[in-house]
Amino acid sequence: MNDISLREAFGRALVKAGEEREDFVVFDADVAGGTCTNFFREAFPDRFFQCGIAEQNMFSLAAGFSTMGITPVVTAYGVFAAMRAIEQARNSIAYPNFNVKIVASHLGLDTGPDGPTHQSMEDIAIYRSIANFTVLAPGDPVEMPGAVSAMLNHKGPLYMRTGRSPVPSVLGGDERFEIGKGKIVRAGTDVAIIATGVMLHRAYGAATILGEEGIDAMVVNMSSIKPIDRALIIECAEKTGAVVTAEDHNRFGGLGSAVAEILAETLPTPMRMVAIDDTFAESGEPALLAEKYGISIEDIRRMAKEVIDAKA
Amino acid sequence: MDRKKRISELRERALEIRRDILLMNHAAGSGHPGGALSSADIVACLFFDEMRHDPKRPMLDDRDRFVLSKGHSCQVLYAALAASGYFSKDEYKGLRRINSMLQGHPDRLKTPGVEFNSGSLAQGFSASLGMALGARYQGKEIRVYTVLGDGELNEGQCWEAFMFGAHYKLDNVLAIIDYNKLQSDDYNSNIMALEPLAEKLTSFGWNVLEINGHDIEEILDAFKEARHTIGVPSVIVAHTVKGKGVSFMENHPKWHGSLAPNAEELKIALGELTAELTGKSGEGEEDE
Ligand SMILES: Cc1ncc(C[n+]2csc(CCOP(=O)(O)OP(=O)(O)O)c2C)c(N)n1
Ligand SMILES: [Mg+2]
Repeated sequence: MNDISLREAFGRALVKAGEEREDFVVFDADVAGGTCTNFFREAFPDRFFQCGIAEQNMFSLAAGFSTMGITPVVTAYGVFAAMRAIEQARNSIAYPNFNVKIVASHLGLDTGPDGPTHQSMEDIAIYRSIANFTVLAPGDPVEMPGAVSAMLNHKGPLYMRTGRSPVPSVLGGDERFEIGKGKIVRAGTDVAIIATGVMLHRAYGAATILGEEGIDAMVVNMSSIKPIDRALIIECAEKTGAVVTAEDHNRFGGLGSAVAEILAETLPTPMRMVAIDDTFAESGEPALLAEKYGISIEDIRRMAKEVIDAKA
Repeated sequence: MDRKKRISELRERALEIRRDILLMNHAAGSGHPGGALSSADIVACLFFDEMRHDPKRPMLDDRDRFVLSKGHSCQVLYAALAASGYFSKDEYKGLRRINSMLQGHPDRLKTPGVEFNSGSLAQGFSASLGMALGARYQGKEIRVYTVLGDGELNEGQCWEAFMFGAHYKLDNVLAIIDYNKLQSDDYNSNIMALEPLAEKLTSFGWNVLEINGHDIEEILDAFKEARHTIGVPSVIVAHTVKGKGVSFMENHPKWHGSLAPNAEELKIALGELTAELTGKSGEGEEDE
């Protein structure tokens, strides 16, 4: 099978969900081709509402719409979903606790050639800090159908990341998805690599190389960022004594911070964060940007070795 | 310079810009060709006639300012800047690639001549009004030019800015709407109805000029009229064709973006552009 992107997997899963249930509609801001809600628009034109390029208006519209008992799934690029319309997300959606699902494509360096204006590397930190919001970042196309069902079954405000570029699948085909749960996808005892979103396959790649070098690395898919799987994080730290987090996001406030917040209070453990080092990047192919800005497979491998040294 | 000669030179500049847009776009393998091509005549007239600027001194204090608010069309800006001499055309091959000065959306810290990091729609328009207000506050005799998309006008921020411009009587700013009737996924009329646009803008207190955005004479006349309009800001509603100059791109939603002509398409497109110009300059000679 050819690699597909998380956004395409999302778009397909949304159509499937649309066939199974009638309790949701889709709102778009003239980016359906970018977020892959164009599949849903074609399948269910009457359940698709075009709001124009007006994200702030769209978010408050969705808040109002949700009060009539149908869930709006609202899609935009990450920077617009997490920043352009964030105050509407907070005060129109989160505070009144409405059942609105926000799904963003174009996240981090995975966005590639469109450059820094479109490379959202703050959204996890932002949404994580808003009360009532659940935050998801699936890492593998095969878990997207489960994530979409979980999202639609969930009551309340929810933000989910997809991704722009094709990613290799590393999980099995029958993925259950549970909000609040992470999953060990590769067992290991020397170091735990906790990854989210498009970094999952890189974490897996790094663990494979480390394995060849005699290092036994655990890989955890942390696709539920809030609520986060506290028990699993503590378990990883207990088993390995060394933790690396990996995310396509700024190093401040993202997955690394979330993991550190838990370990600092429960089981202080040597940690390294693979993330963007608080800088705007540039246009380019995602794989090349990952190397230049420190979120490649090699960076994960290097950090894993460093943190193993630190436990001694 | 006599007007006929000036106009035929500007036509050639617009052709050069269109050709360079396609070359860059082809080299990058992606980008946003449609809206770059539709604004090429307007941008050519700004850079090669209307604006006071000096490529040798890009940071000159009293230069006129240009903000491409619809930043995704940056190929038109890069072509105009390179043709003006701000940087070498060798840079084209780096468009949208790593370690290059030409970003997917304009970046003032990387590209000489770029005034603002646009790309998030509507922000460039507000920033241009801020420049105009700041210039007036500082007693600077400069003008600020900004090009907006019609889809961009969906953003409420644009209308906040229109109110601001009228309230502060910013007659040192000229907004030009590249009214190509198309936005990202589809026609304006299928995404968010915009008409009656000129009436809306008039009711917001702006001096509205409506022109054919591909007619050099009309563009120059409108620029002049705007320059002589005192006490209210001016906006040009420039009727254009998205993808203008390349038959298979014209009026076609798919050529908005994430797309580039392949080698075959590039050849056809460049051929069409050249034929178009030779046809037109022929007409011009007959008139004389
Ligand atoms: C705030 C914001 N929302 C969405 C986008 C994604 N986007 C880029 S271009 C575009 C369509 C713009 O249409 P228009 O202004 O008509 O431009 P043109 O036709 O001149 O290319 C969209 C929706 C964006 N860049 N900024
Ligand atoms: Mg348009």
